[in-house]
Amino acid sequence: MDLYTEGNPVTDTRAPDGPIEGRWDSRRFNAKLVNPANRRKLTVIVVGTGLAGGSAAATLAEQGYRVRSYCYQDSPRRAHSIAAQGGINAAKNYRNDGDSVHRLFYDTVKGGDFRSRESNVHRLAEVSVNIIDQCVAQGVPFAREYGGLLDTRSFGGAQVQRTFYARGQTGQQLLLGAYQALERQVGLGNVEMNTRHEMLELIVVDGRARGIVVRDLVTGEITTEFADAVVLASGGYGNVFYLSTNAKGCNVTATWRAHRQGAYFANPCYTQIHPTCIPVSGDHQSKLTLMSESLRNDGRVWVPKAEGDDRDPREIPEDERDYYLERIYPSFGNLVPRDIASRAAKNVCDEGRGVGPTRLGVYLDFADAIQRLGRKSIEAKYGNLFEMYERITGEDPYEVPMRIYPAVHYTMGGLWVDYDLQATIPGLFVIGEANFSDHGANRLGASALMQGLADGYFVLPNTIANYLAAGPFEKLEPSHPAAVEARRTVEDRIHRLLSVDGDRTVDSFHRELGQIMWEHCGMERSAAGLRKAVDEIRALREEFWQRVRIVGDADGLNQSLEKAGRVADFFELAELMCIDALHREESCGGHFRAEHQSPDGEAQRDDERFAYVAAWEYGSEQPVLHKEDLTFEYVHPTQRSYK
Amino acid sequence: MNLTLRIWRQTGPEDKGRMVTYPVEDISPDMSFLEMLDVLNERLTLAGEEPVAFDHDCREGICGMCGMMINGNAHGPQRGTTACQLHMRQFTDGETIDIEPWRARAFPVVKDLVVNRNAFDQIIAGGGFVTAPTGSAPEAHAAPVAKADADAAFESAACIGCGACVAACPNGSGMLFTAAKVTQLSLLPQGQPERYTRVIGMVDSHDDAGFGGCTNAGECTVVCPKGIPLHTIGRLNRDYLAATAKHTGRS
Repeated sequence: MDLYTEGNPVTDTRAPDGPIEGRWDSRRFNAKLVNPANRRKLTVIVVGTGLAGGSAAATLAEQGYRVRSYCYQDSPRRAHSIAAQGGINAAKNYRNDGDSVHRLFYDTVKGGDFRSRESNVHRLAEVSVNIIDQCVAQGVPFAREYGGLLDTRSFGGAQVQRTFYARGQTGQQLLLGAYQALERQVGLGNVEMNTRHEMLELIVVDGRARGIVVRDLVTGEITTEFADAVVLASGGYGNVFYLSTNAKGCNVTATWRAHRQGAYFANPCYTQIHPTCIPVSGDHQSKLTLMSESLRNDGRVWVPKAEGDDRDPREIPEDERDYYLERIYPSFGNLVPRDIASRAAKNVCDEGRGVGPTRLGVYLDFADAIQRLGRKSIEAKYGNLFEMYERITGEDPYEVPMRIYPAVHYTMGGLWVDYDLQATIPGLFVIGEANFSDHGANRLGASALMQGLADGYFVLPNTIANYLAAGPFEKLEPSHPAAVEARRTVEDRIHRLLSVDGDRTVDSFHRELGQIMWEHCGMERSAAGLRKAVDEIRALREEFWQRVRIVGDADGLNQSLEKAGRVADFFELAELMCIDALHREESCGGHFRAEHQSPDGEAQRDDERFAYVAAWEYGSEQPVLHKEDLTFEYVHPTQRSYK
Repeated sequence: MNLTLRIWRQTGPEDKGRMVTYPVEDISPDMSFLEMLDVLNERLTLAGEEPVAFDHDCREGICGMCGMMINGNAHGPQRGTTACQLHMRQFTDGETIDIEPWRARAFPVVKDLVVNRNAFDQIIAGGGFVTAPTGSAPEAHAAPVAKADADAAFESAACIGCGACVAACPNGSGMLFTAAKVTQLSLLPQGQPERYTRVIGMVDSHDDAGFGGCTNAGECTVVCPKGIPLHTIGRLNRDYLAATAKHTGRS
């Protein structure tokens, strides 16, 4: 293709072999260790304080390393993991319903549409049980049964009840657990916490990641910070679509800057569109709000059978309703995985059967559940979600069915990492949503919290020692040429942004970029649309650098300047996402190509040609594709069926 | 809707600050309060004026980053609602709305509506945790927790750390925030070993960070977007009294 070139394959040299059940043990045994006395001589920078970054920083500090932690928010507790609602998966099998490590592994590989690594996913399933123990020990108030034991519920893509939860605020409670562990280490002097600081460049010295350039968002001061290793836990890039369920500040800058320095970016086109979000209400919309997947345990999804049926939903009789998920997917029903539920909603809306003022919506109806279980029981399970829905829409979901529509929620792609979670730049580790490794082309519900905490509490603290054992590395000063250059790149860019002094706001560009991405690189993609998108993104990016207007200067808090830097990086990422989506001539998970579907409209994979990870190397002219072949020894790839 | 906004503008910690009036037009009742401020900021930017700085992130009422006094109420007129979840349908056409930052000694103003709330992190670092280093946890079902205790712990744990309680308190006290964490952890078996050192450590940190004392005015609980009840402070006081009686960990 004319948009990229292909380079050598990339291989995961850290992946152990042998029986899959023993691989993590074997890697831990073979990895080098750092003795406790030497740990205090080693410094690790951790960027981001969500589930992955917060848990990693706390754990590394507990082990005795010196940790420097950074976040753009005013407190580490604000990271967007806090907004995760539904729950966290773990193969505890407390329900005695046939769950096991192997089943969680199997469900996750299948749910990811056979585009993830078996070894990584198996490790994730293994440590899932330790996560629950750890969080309970921290005082995380999980939901409990009357006997005092932990309660669980079902999530999409699974036929067992393995999801642990804390009402509709599971992410909040898990994050606060990690945050408290982190603050304990801050109090002990083992972690230096830097809030309202944004990483704007990675410092690479002699081929190793050795530090970052940060801007103090309050004073505007730019400094170079050094360490023996750098961990990026900066989250996903869903905000490239402007409208998403991500927090307003979520951005790709940390990982994109590392990508420009040589770290490969894997599978950027794998985007998760969550089926149950509150529909857009107007042009002023600044973000979208998720209604937890757990609602599909009790809510039934439907649209009218007839096109353009404008009646009050309560007046539409049963036989004129189409409970389309139950009809098309009788065995999983309303709990099909997210990619499938989203596309089904899009299809019924495309048929003209969508509901609400924009006709981009479907009903999520609790009338049956309220009748069966009583209003009180529904309130206890979902009260906070129902209240939030009412505050936003002005409608009472106990009386009128909710209206929902898919929205961008999570990005499975991210920086390429090996089994040790190390990127292609030695000394750079990437954890949580910021990496690509465990969810393949589609993430199952309640697996993001599991992966973030698995990486931060249990995986990285073991694997990073293997790298740090070679340290401490040469002490660096801000005057080191690599640091000076990285710093200059940051300063030049800020200067350039401020000196445009044009006539359009940052948000107006971001909104327009989001529209291009949603239309052409959203729920359904086509070759023609993606090519058009690449042209449109390039033109818009050029216009951005000529017309953007940022009022104020760089010497203090300037929120427009912060946004502008993030949007500038989104432009570059957006182009790579479209190229990745264009080159992947198959449909898998969240990546649906209109040209590749079965006669009944299901995603059609092409394992012959595309059973690989697409790891992209930055090129100033064109990106370079490196393929990592995926092999499946334990879960045989099949056409995913939830029927 | 057309509205008149009177907004606190302050260029930095040293600036005295002042209220500035801005008319805004064509506001949809479906907008959130922060989306209404977005509209104003877009307009200010195009006119070459600095947009109003305000904190916000998740915009779904859970991160605790947003917070401002709206017509003298922390987070505005709707109970149990953060500023980001407040919608313009709560206001009437033609209304004048005053918008100011949190005001408290422990929360110095950074710029416009943005304040520094690091003092909350200091309170947590002072003891708001269970010491359970990674890897040391027993099996999750080793200690059952009565459902009533788990539910009550959850209610206190729902605190989002926004600081509305401090802004509403006539003394600028952070006692509701502190008590919420003390209550959560003292209701759970995992929190027992450090129960008394925790309460002393947190209250000491609270006082050191510049918060005022609690006089049971109760304003905090009225504005709390998560409905943390006043009796959590009663529980803190009981634990604190017991702790000082035991002389546990008192330095």
